[in-house]
Amino acid sequence: MNLTSQDYQVLAPYILLTAWACVLLLVDLFIPKERKSVTALLAALGLAVTLGVTLSQVGIEQVGFFNMAALDGFSTFVNALLLVSGILGIALAHGYVKRMGIERGEYYTLLLFSVSGMMLMAQATDLIIVFIALELLSIPLYVLAAFARPQLSSEEAGMKYFLLGAFATGFVVYGTALVFGATGTTSLAGIVAAAASPSTSTLLLTIGAALVLVGFGFKVAAVPFHMWTPDVYQGAPTAVTAFMASGAKIAGFAALLRVFATAFPALAVDMTAVLWALAALTMIVGNVIAISQTDIKRMLAYSSIAHAGYILMAFVPYGNPAVRDVSIAAGLFYLVAYAFTNFGAWGVVIALEKKEEKGLAIADYAGLGRKHPLLAAAMTVFMLSLVGLPPTLGLVGKVYLFRAVIAGGFTGLAIIGVLTSLISAYYYLRVVVTMYMKEGEPETVRETWLSLTTALTAIVTVVFSLLPQSLFEWASTAVLKLF
Amino acid sequence: MIPVEYYIILSAILFAIGVAGVLVRRNALIIFMSIELMLNSANLAIVAFSSVLKSFSGQVFVFFVIAVAAAEVAVGLALMVEIFKAKHSIDVDQMNSLKG
Repeated sequence: MNLTSQDYQVLAPYILLTAWACVLLLVDLFIPKERKSVTALLAALGLAVTLGVTLSQVGIEQVGFFNMAALDGFSTFVNALLLVSGILGIALAHGYVKRMGIERGEYYTLLLFSVSGMMLMAQATDLIIVFIALELLSIPLYVLAAFARPQLSSEEAGMKYFLLGAFATGFVVYGTALVFGATGTTSLAGIVAAAASPSTSTLLLTIGAALVLVGFGFKVAAVPFHMWTPDVYQGAPTAVTAFMASGAKIAGFAALLRVFATAFPALAVDMTAVLWALAALTMIVGNVIAISQTDIKRMLAYSSIAHAGYILMAFVPYGNPAVRDVSIAAGLFYLVAYAFTNFGAWGVVIALEKKEEKGLAIADYAGLGRKHPLLAAAMTVFMLSLVGLPPTLGLVGKVYLFRAVIAGGFTGLAIIGVLTSLISAYYYLRVVVTMYMKEGEPETVRETWLSLTTALTAIVTVVFSLLPQSLFEWASTAVLKLF
Repeated sequence: MIPVEYYIILSAILFAIGVAGVLVRRNALIIFMSIELMLNSANLAIVAFSSVLKSFSGQVFVFFVIAVAAAEVAVGLALMVEIFKAKHSIDVDQMNSLKG
């Protein structure tokens, strides 16, 4: 039972980031209160170095730590996306926390810990590790959601997120217990092998897998497990919401993909129908309720629920080996598109937000087109991308996704996807109409990092949509390896 | 020796009580206790299974669950204390400052 350098290589990015976060926690003590930008810079540097290590591992495929963690194209792709999200999250937060008077060094350390949990989640090939990664990513997020204390709305957001997150964890743990009881192992590869043997109790295995699905449904905010999302997204500090909406979603879907595609292909017959219903419900409910929202944070929260539905579509054909890899690639591509668009949109929200939760109504965006044309143009790009209109990454992502779903034989689901996208055009374009057609005097803040993030994400959203092939090819190499 | 089914049925009952507690009770502390009950029912099931299967990995898992539950307690109770200081109540029905 000795660990070799190969084991450490598998988890090298994760180990590096966790160690960096621990050291940063200590270093932060010696950084004076008014110079917390240094902590932000060090945290971003840690993420950038880890990103370098991750990218240097492209093409390596191996397992480590006694089959508990894997390094493959999938984990490298997801980890790179998560690390970029972390960097964008810090760039958005840096000026925001200062302006809101909640600048504390722990913010950045907690963010690093959360990213490390998400990365572990993408690499976990054992249900024990999935559980630990889930908690490592969630617990810092509970704290971050309540970070604007003593502001009551933020504390309540933290509390609600905590209670429902812990509730979801209960389902995941009990589901894991049943899967362990049915198969005698927690390793994903072991579960596949055991599921094939006739002595395994299919009933126990199915209930276990369903409970795990419920737990992850909470994490990725799929209907009917979405009730916490609007409240938490609205109450949490906006920079945290931006990070949470992308990071937690990417990690949750990565874990779902790995667990279901590698461990439960035998249950595909039962699970496909459940996933179909979840995806359809999530798209419909998210988009329909978003129409009546007047608060931009709540509207984007429902939009994020709706997008969870679109990404869930990629899971529906997971039991069909012919289209599995294409649909996983389409799902990953959509996650990239969603992450960039999402960070940009929340960046614009941060630029307009004032203290004491002012400047968050959609009506506050009136006149933005005349007063700050660049910001309004960026917001227009993000809204078009969320609807799925050209020339944006959102459109390309949806095209790939619908194509994969239709290839899998689920045309009905694709039709629901197109119809709900049409519904969503109403509330996204309402923001654009408000910005350009209505009179108003919106005030915005100018912060270097915030403007850079918004500009960068807008450019990525447009430019990559013109040459999507290279990105999609990279996503196609990110297939899951079954070890 | 008591058959393993008894343990599993007990753990399922405990899990159901936990879920019902989360859905029915309105005091955040009680909800949190119900969640702990859910986690511990899972622990019971895992320990029972691993004694039947003669597998140690299940018992290791239980230690991880206990440790993580303790970490959750630290964060959860801190949040409850903060909210209680502000509102003198941790009733989740009164946590209604977020509405849309």
